[in-house]
Amino acid sequence: MEWFESFKQIFEKCFIREDRYMLFVKGFEVTIRVSVIALILGVIIGFIIALCNLSKHKALRAVGKVYTDVIRGTPSVTQLMLIYFVVFASVHWPKWIIAGIAFGINSGGYVAEIFRAGILSIDRGQTEAGRSLGLNSYQTMTKIILPQALKNIFPTLCNEFIVLIKETAIVGYVGLMDIQKAGDFIKSATYTPFAPLIATAIIYYVLIKLLTIALGRIEKAMRKSDIR
Amino acid sequence: MIEVKNLRKHFGDNEVLRGISEHISKGEVVAVIGPSGSGKSTFLRCLNQLEETTEGEIYVDGELINSKKADINAIRQKMGMVFQHFNLFPHLTVKENITLAPLTLKKMNKDEADKKANELLERVGLADKAEVYPSSLSGGQKQRVAIARALAMNPEIMLFDEPTSALDPEMVGEVLDVIKSLAESGMTMVIVTHEMGFAREAADRVLFMDRGVILEQGTPQEVFGNPQDERTRLFLSKVL
Repeated sequence: MEWFESFKQIFEKCFIREDRYMLFVKGFEVTIRVSVIALILGVIIGFIIALCNLSKHKALRAVGKVYTDVIRGTPSVTQLMLIYFVVFASVHWPKWIIAGIAFGINSGGYVAEIFRAGILSIDRGQTEAGRSLGLNSYQTMTKIILPQALKNIFPTLCNEFIVLIKETAIVGYVGLMDIQKAGDFIKSATYTPFAPLIATAIIYYVLIKLLTIALGRIEKAMRKSDIR
Repeated sequence: MIEVKNLRKHFGDNEVLRGISEHISKGEVVAVIGPSGSGKSTFLRCLNQLEETTEGEIYVDGELINSKKADINAIRQKMGMVFQHFNLFPHLTVKENITLAPLTLKKMNKDEADKKANELLERVGLADKAEVYPSSLSGGQKQRVAIARALAMNPEIMLFDEPTSALDPEMVGEVLDVIKSLAESGMTMVIVTHEMGFAREAADRVLFMDRGVILEQGTPQEVFGNPQDERTRLFLSKVL
C-alpha cells in the first residue's frame, strides 16, 4: 500500500492544501466564460465574413478575403496578445471579455470558411425554387438555404467549437487563470508536475466529452428530415 | 399576357437566344420543343428572370419585367415554375413546402395556407403525404408536390421546365395527367418538353426552337402533321 500512501500525499499537496482545487474551479469558470463569448462572436463574425466572401460586390469580397487571410496566416497567441495589449490596451473591461473577443475574432476566420462551404453545398436549384416563388434573396437565404446549410456544416462547426475551447488554453499569456494556467500554477507551487497536469488534461477531456455528447444529440434531432 | 420582343441572351461569347419575339395569350397552353441546346429552357427561364436577358423586352400583363425598376419578386408571385429536378425543399415536410411561400410573403394566414395545401394535395392525388418529408417520395410524387407548391401562390401563369425529363418512365404519366388537368382548367402555361405525344395532345400551340430562334410554330396539327422547315422535319423524324 506504499503507492497508495504516496498518491494520497501528492493528491493532498496538489489539490487540498491551501484549497488548491479552487484554482481549477475558478479556472474552469474562466475557460467557460472566454469560450462562450468566443463561440458566439465567432459564429456571428464567421457568418458575416462568409456572406462577404460570397457577395457580388468586389469590395466586400476583398474584406472577407483579407480577414480570413490574416486570421489564418498568423498564430493565435500573437493575435491574442495584439488584441489584448494593443487594440484594447486603453479599454478597462474585464480580462475575460477581451480575451473572449480575441478568440471570437480568431474563430470567425475559420467559421467563415465553414459557412461559405455550407452555403455553396446547397444546390442552385434550391435558390431558384425559392426565388421563382417570389421570395426575395434574404427570405430565400433564411428560410431555405441556411437551414439546410446549417445541418450540413453542423459536425464541422462542432469540431471548430472543440478546437476553440482547447485553443483558449493560451489565455495565460495575457494573465488570465484558466484551467491550463491553474494546473501550471500548482505545478510551480508544489514542484510536482505530474498530478496537476494530468488533472488539467482530465478536466479538458471531460468538458469536451460532455459537449460532444450534447452536440451529438442536437445533430440527431436535426437529421429527422433525412429519415426515409 | 406575355409579350416577348427581340429577346437575346448571351453566356459570354455563346449566343443562346438570338432574337425571339412571341406573344402568349391568356389561357393559352404553349409547348416548346426542339433539340438539346436549342435554348428552350433558357427562353423559359428568361420569362421569370431566373436568367437575366442580354437584350430585348419581356412584358407580363403589360409590365416590362426585365428592367432594373421592375419588382421582380411581385411578378414572380404571379408565375409559378416547375423544374426538371423538382427542387423541393428537403428540410421541410410536403405541406411546409407548399405553405412556405404564401406564409413568408403573408399572402395567407396559417389556417388558409393549410387549407390551400390540403386542397392542392388532394388535386394532385397526394392528400395522404402532407406530413412526410420529400426524401420519402418517388420522383413522380415529388414533381406533383412541386406543382402543388407552385400553385399555392395562385399564379396566373405556370412555367414548366422539362417536368418529366428526370422521371422514370412509369411515373411520367401521373405527372402529365396533373399538367393536363391544369391546362384544361384554363391556366396560361408554357411547357418545355420532350414528350411529343403530350405536346400534341395538351398544347394549343407548339413552338419549335433550334439554335436560339423559334424556327416554326403553329397548332400541334400543323407542326407535327405538316412541318414546313427542313430542320423541324429532321428533329421530328428522330423523336417521333
